[in-house]
Amino acid sequence: MRLTCPLCGDRDRREFYYLGHETWLDRPAADAPPEAWDAYLHLRDNPCGPTRDLWQHEAGCGAWLVVSRDTATHEIASVELAR
Amino acid sequence: MRFNILEIVRQGLSGNSGWGPHWRSPDPKPEYDVVIVGGGGHGLATAFYLAKEHGITNVALLEKGYLGGGNVGRNTTIVRANYMLPGNSEFYSHSLKLWEGMEQELNYNAMMSQRGIYNLFHSDGQRDAYARRGNQMISQGDDAELLDRAAVRRRLPFLDHDNARFPVIGALYHGRGGTARHDAVAWGYARGADRRGVDLIQNCEVIGIDIEGGRVRGVQTTRGAIRAKKVALVTAGRSSQTAAMAGLRLPIESHVLQAFVSEGLKPLIDCVVTFGMGHFYISQSDKGGLVFGGDLDFYASYAARGNLPMAEHVMEAGMALMPMIGQARVLRSWGGIMDMTPDGSPIIDKTDIRGLYLDCGWCYGGFKAVPGSGFSLAHLVATDRHHAPAARFRLDRFARGAVIDEEATGSQHNLH
Repeated sequence: MRLTCPLCGDRDRREFYYLGHETWLDRPAADAPPEAWDAYLHLRDNPCGPTRDLWQHEAGCGAWLVVSRDTATHEIASVELAR
Repeated sequence: MRFNILEIVRQGLSGNSGWGPHWRSPDPKPEYDVVIVGGGGHGLATAFYLAKEHGITNVALLEKGYLGGGNVGRNTTIVRANYMLPGNSEFYSHSLKLWEGMEQELNYNAMMSQRGIYNLFHSDGQRDAYARRGNQMISQGDDAELLDRAAVRRRLPFLDHDNARFPVIGALYHGRGGTARHDAVAWGYARGADRRGVDLIQNCEVIGIDIEGGRVRGVQTTRGAIRAKKVALVTAGRSSQTAAMAGLRLPIESHVLQAFVSEGLKPLIDCVVTFGMGHFYISQSDKGGLVFGGDLDFYASYAARGNLPMAEHVMEAGMALMPMIGQARVLRSWGGIMDMTPDGSPIIDKTDIRGLYLDCGWCYGGFKAVPGSGFSLAHLVATDRHHAPAARFRLDRFARGAVIDEEATGSQHNLH
């Protein structure tokens, strides 16, 4: 598998670190109820098909990326900078 | 038919023409006391123990494909009880005891082979950690032995003991661990459940779960509606999808784990060896193939196939541990879909929906758990009380902070 980093271009999968679903971008507020933290840390939709997840170009520019891809086919639809 | 030596002789003399199917293929009835969704090892064991231990035989097991066609038919067949944390320790200890009596209990040859497992270590710190683990195993009532450098060198002469980066300075030996014939385990439980009256229904996919007033009423399937007083979802690999039919969102992310088999070789490794620092483990099947694997591919996937970087990493680790492995050719490899939980431990629990039970989240340790999981889930379904050895595998333990994080790697699904 290869990912196209928006800053560095087409690169080998080994340059990237996978964190998990893009849920990781929606960090609850510090005073959010425990249920919100449970959902953030643990619960996942875990789709079989299109998903969006968070990667870092660890061995490249270091940018955090949101990758749209298919968990059933490993097809990559898009790679964007995470905001 | 009961399998025994006389039957083998009799069949041998009559051209082996009298062997029949090991289980029936019934059509689903309109209603059952219990419906088990998923015909893998855990589901089949659950069906067997429901019938045997609790006398509940008005049971249907629904499988969307064929029995044992998932991960129970594709794994590296290792059986062990070398866990440390409360929760895991008593559960896997119980499961190993069931393994030891399984073939007699099922009247089925599962080729259970307690050939011993060596966990290698390479530093003083690792030795201390394994010594502690060994003591925990012994206090649980299981076996563990700390071996020094000379003992490992004597018993496993084929390793590269003087590897520059990871010299082997000892091992934790678990003699009751070993391997079993994975398919036979599924078939044995299937036959045992069928003989006690459980309907094993293949090619029957569950496409909906009927819930009324907070209670489960049955399931919708590709072969029609089936009413049920209780429904157990035992669908590791697809747990998120089946649970979603009941409106549940699980603490699970699915990952791919690869494994590899070499061409058949003469007897070479008479045990299981794990090389934790290289993320590598290996044994040899009775057919002669070296069976080995490593880590997850680390990103969410249902593709049931892995990527080349992890294959390369596993081969490199194998070469580092036992350089002669380079002489063997890889015959095949595959990727299985793993239910990864945020603490690396499984879930056997009730849900907020009355009569709906979950057995999932086995990460990549499901095979050795097959009998224990079936026994504990059957207990839970039959009595509505948690079976003591599995009482900590709760669905709400993450929210409560009562995680069972054997590897102490934190709340990230792919790090266990």
